[in-house]
This record gives sequence, structure tokens and C-alpha cells, in this order.
Amino acid sequence: MTSADRAFAEAAVQARIEAFRRRRPKLNDAHITTAHGAGGKASAALFDSVFLQAFTNPVLDLMADSAVVPVAAGRLAVTTDSYVVTPRRFPGGSIGDLAVNGTVNDLAMVGALPQWLTAAFVLEEGLPVDELRGYVTDMAAAASAAGVTIVAGDTKVVPRGAADGLYITTAGVGLIPDGRRLSPSSLQPGDRVVVSGPIGDHGIAVLLARGDLALEADVRSDTAALNGLVEALLSAAPATRWLRDPTRGGVASALNELAVAAAVGVALDEASIPVRQEVTAACELLGIDPLYVANEGRLVAVVPDAELDAALTAMRLHPLGTASAAIGEIVVEPPGMVTLVTGFGGARIVDLLVGDPLPRIC
Amino acid sequence: MKFVDEFRDPVAARRVLEEITALAGDTPRSFMEICGGHTHTIYRHGIERLLPETIDLVHGPGCPVCVIPMGRVDDAIAVARRPGVLFTTFGDMMRVPGGTGTLLEAKALGADVRMVYSPLDALRLAEMNPERDVVFFAVGFETTAPSTALTVLRARQLEVTNFAVFSNHVTIVPPLRAILESPDLRLDGFLGPGHVSTVVGNRPYRFVPERYGKPLVTAGFEPLDILQSIAMLLRQLDEGRCEVENQYTRCVRDEGNPRALAVLQEVFELRPHFEWRGLGFISQSALKLRAEFAAWDAEERYEIPGVRVADPKACQCGEVLKGVIKPWECKVFGTGCTPETPIGTCMVSSEGACAAYYNFGRFAGRGRIPVASG
Repeated sequence: MTSADRAFAEAAVQARIEAFRRRRPKLNDAHITTAHGAGGKASAALFDSVFLQAFTNPVLDLMADSAVVPVAAGRLAVTTDSYVVTPRRFPGGSIGDLAVNGTVNDLAMVGALPQWLTAAFVLEEGLPVDELRGYVTDMAAAASAAGVTIVAGDTKVVPRGAADGLYITTAGVGLIPDGRRLSPSSLQPGDRVVVSGPIGDHGIAVLLARGDLALEADVRSDTAALNGLVEALLSAAPATRWLRDPTRGGVASALNELAVAAAVGVALDEASIPVRQEVTAACELLGIDPLYVANEGRLVAVVPDAELDAALTAMRLHPLGTASAAIGEIVVEPPGMVTLVTGFGGARIVDLLVGDPLPRIC
Repeated sequence: MKFVDEFRDPVAARRVLEEITALAGDTPRSFMEICGGHTHTIYRHGIERLLPETIDLVHGPGCPVCVIPMGRVDDAIAVARRPGVLFTTFGDMMRVPGGTGTLLEAKALGADVRMVYSPLDALRLAEMNPERDVVFFAVGFETTAPSTALTVLRARQLEVTNFAVFSNHVTIVPPLRAILESPDLRLDGFLGPGHVSTVVGNRPYRFVPERYGKPLVTAGFEPLDILQSIAMLLRQLDEGRCEVENQYTRCVRDEGNPRALAVLQEVFELRPHFEWRGLGFISQSALKLRAEFAAWDAEERYEIPGVRVADPKACQCGEVLKGVIKPWECKVFGTGCTPETPIGTCMVSSEGACAAYYNFGRFAGRGRIPVASG
């Protein structure tokens, strides 16, 4: 071989190496290790193979230190939430669905049009990569269904035992259309309280999915993005006063917060509150009141009496609101309290829950 | 839930209420519901508001969490803190304060305390964790005692040696007798406990009409059961009868459950005396594992401090449990003592009279709760 030939061959090898180095590294690992959090090739491989593949969009694909997005003038809604559910997959959804829908719903409840999400993952060493990929796929599907884009993210790996598998934190940004104002201060006595469907499905589905109660029932989580339903409601009932997604603490806690914030009473009628038979039965057995059980795809709205029929009609036409019902009304006395006329004809207050009768569920 | 709906039918309720109103007349009557489950039903369904004003419901001592003295909670915490111990308890007991804090606090500080729904779950934990010593904090009347007894028998059969029971089981008749002996008694009759009676039957209550001249009706737990039982008590008073009657016939037989009683008899014996929260020491009122089950008895296996802790001075749980005062008449009710920071046990369990009143009953006075248009 001449020296020229040798130089040529060497250059070809070096070019091959360079080309190979320029290729993004492939992820061949079955489990998360600390290497995936070290910021090197393993991190890049995880990002490419799991996150970018699922979430790809022009903003995220730039992989800049910050996502840069255009906005018109007006008001933004910003929110953040962490998700730590056990088990991570349950009938009707997964931690990935919750991480998108929960944050989208927090934006929708202030009347915002959800636009962008960020997602941060705390991964415990040893988490199967395929399991992670499953949740990330769920997130991508949920984001697509809700019409939002995941524009930035972060991943950290902690040693085995320092976290419970996987925690996800998402932040969300939404645009609030001009003139839209939802606030407890707009409440009037005589306003009606509406719920968008049967309550308690999510909490009971997760509780039963843990499998330590020796109870079985066909209950699925209601996790869903509510921004579409909110838009349907607000166009039919533009004077809607207030919205809330009754997650942790359930409908009872959401309405208690409203009663205190607005210094009004909330009078509920137990007989008209929709609850699935399976949920009622599980709650009876466990000594839990469905009013305190978490929901992840329901909303509670307060609408003026004059717009009640329009609101219910519009909500019932939407796939996520077919079982919407009026469950109570805003009253003057007693202020700051939620009261309930029971299905039996008696009456009681519905106070804030003390402590946590259920292990964490959202 | 069809089965339950039938007992929550407002139309049927109205019929019984009409009968109650007709029978009640103008004479003020006080009835005690002995069982905490009844207290919970009464408040949860807002029954007080439905009754004529002349009828006063007094909440009795039948809440297993409420009658556990502070010293026993401290004993439980001492066991839970031992190295190697996996301590299991019903959820309600987690927040009951002893003199040195709660099990929940002990858990936060490193004790392995876990909530279970049944003693069999605790036994299963013992089988799954052979290197740990699993202890079950057994509380309750004759309702829950048979399941503890059965679990001990199962542990013996399966030769599970890393399992022990810290028994705080109590019996229903002695405190009932203590209440009837109380000089400030002002009751006209009793709603007898439902679940306990499925085990012990109706016969143990005969002394109530026979010796103390008060009628007793064993009652179920649905709101309609409560109303029917009140009607039955009024009917007895109206007709000049005084006896033990059974409203809860779908579950309770006069002779009780002989198999459950036999299991209780096999595993437990009566303690000479036991301290009750607010009621003091009552002789022959609690259950201890028999000597042949000493291997599964936490009190035999571990050194139990057994320190007596005086109830906090401000706490009037004793008077509440005896029905001498209403929860809201207690000096610290709702201020010093709330469900978030309970001083007394009656404020902890959802069956406790104070917690039930605080959580459901405030503002429930007649006519104060507005009716929603739904």
C-alpha cells in the first residue's frame, strides 16, 4: 500500500467515525440508570428515543435552553402541577394522561385556551424504559387530544429508593380570550351549581386498582381534557360565574373553597348528584363519601339561573358532559358553608375533609 | 345499591315520620343510640332535623375508637417503635392522640405503621415479611373481635410465628350497665347496637328493661332503620310496654351468631378490669388472649409500658360518652378540640359523637339549612 493509499484509507475511517459520532446515540437500555441523568450520550439517547419521538414539534425539536413561542397581546394563564399517582397505570388512564389532562384542566378552569406545556420527569433508577415510553406515549396522545404542544422538558434520574418510580411535573400556559372573567366574586344568590357527570370515578378506580382492598368493580378513571367542554359551556352560557375541576378532595372541597372565597352558602341536593352505582357501592363499603373522592375529568360550574338550561343542553351535547346535572344553588345563608339536603330528606353540612382517608391518588 | 336504596327511600321515611310525630305527642323523650355507627348514620343523613322537636337523640359509648384510653395508644406507639416491628392498625386509630403523640406521628418519625382493613391483611403481611414482627392493633366490640379471634386461629394453623395481636377488644354490656347506673341518667330508651348484636344476639340486653325499666330496640344502620326503631320505642312507651325488641331482623337473631361466639370463647377471656376513656375502669369489660395463645399475644411478647395517662382536664369525652352532655356543650368543642387537632377520642373517629356533630351536624338545627332547587 502506498502512503497515498494509506492516507486515503485513514481519512475514510476518520470520516466514518465522524459521521458515526454525529449520529444521535441509540437507546438500547431496558432500564433507567444514573447514566441517563448524567447529561451525556445516554441522556441524549433517552431524550431522542423516548421523548422527542413522542412529542416532536418545531419548538421542541430546536432543543434550545428555553422554548420560544409567539403570543399576541392579552392575558396568559400559567399553572403547574406534579403527578405522583400509585399505581401508575389504572383502568381508564395512566400517570401520563393525568400529567397532561390535569394541567390542561387547570388552565381551562380559568377560561384559558391551553396552548403549551412543559414536562419534567424525575425517574428512579431501575424504571423500565418501556414502561416510561408507555406513559410518554399516553402524554403525547393526551396532548394531541387537548390540542396542546409540549414545548420543553427536563429529565432527572435519582438513585433507587430516592423516588417511587416516576414523578412527572408539568407546567402549562394558556391564552385568555378578551372579556372572559371567571371569579367567585361574581356569584349571585340563586345561581345554580352544575356538575359535568358522575363523580368519584377516578378516585375509586385508582383505589381499586391498588388491589389491596379485595374489592372489584368495573370503574374507570374519568381522566380527560376539559377545555373543549369548557368552550361549549362558555359559548352557551357566557355569564358562567366560576369553574373548577374537583380533583383531590372532590366536589365537596372545591365547593367549600368557593363558599369561603365568595362568602356565600352552597346548598346541594343529594338526590340530584350523579354517582355511578359501582362508585356508591365501593364508597359505602369503604366508609367514604363520593363528594370527597377525586375526579380528573369532571368540572363543577356555577351558572346564572337564566342560563342553566342553555348550559346543561350544551354540556350534554359534548361527549364529556352527557350526564351533566344541576346539583344545587348559591344561597345567602349560611355564608362560607356547603350544606346538603340528603336523599333521605334530612340535612347536614358538607365540611372540608380532615387529613387524608385515601392514600395518594393524583 | 338497590339493597341500600330501599332503606333510604324518602317516601317511606315520611310515612314513619308521621307515625313518630303522632306517637311522640308533647312529651319530651331522650333516646340513646349506643352504637357509633348509628351516630354516624343519624348525622350523615340529617335525621335529627326530621324528628319532632320533643325527641332528643343522645349519643352513646359504642364507638370503639372513642373508648380507647390514652395510655393504650402510648403502649401501641411503644410497640410500633420497636426495631423490626411492622405495626398494623385500622385507619381511625392512626390519629388518636396518646400522651406521647399519635401513631401517624410515630410513622413520620420512622416507625413502620401501616393501615389495614382487616386483621387477615395483617396476617398476610406477616407471611410476606417473615423477617419482621407484625403486630395488629386490635380494637372494637364483639363486632370485630371474632375476626381477630379467627385470625389468631389461622396464625396458629399456618404456624405463623412472627404475628401478634395487641388486644383492646371490649364488650358492649358493661359500659351499658355503667351508663344505666349513672346517677345523672336521663334517658327514656335505647337504640341497641346492630352489628354487635349480629354476634351477641338480643338476649344480653334483657337486663335493660328488666332491671332498669328502659325499653331497647336493636336497630339497623340505614336511615329508615333508625326511624323505625324510634317509632318502635315510642310505641312501647305509648302502650306501656318495656322490653327488648329487634328492628334489625334481617341481620340479628335473638341467639346471635353461635359460631362467632364460639370462636370468641375459644380465643379470648375476660380481663379482670379495663380502663375506658372517660368512663374509668370497668370490671370484666375487655378481652385478652387466652394463655394458650400467648405466642400471638403482643402483651406477652413485648414489654408494654402500661403507663396510665389521665385524660386532658379540658376534655369531656366521658360526659359525652355517657350522654350527660351534647358534643357542643363541651368546653373545648370546636375550638381547642377539632377533627384536625383532636383532644378527645370522640373527635377522631367518624363514628365519634363529636366528630359526627362537627362534620355534619353544625347548622343542621331545624330549618337552618336551605333547600336547593337541584
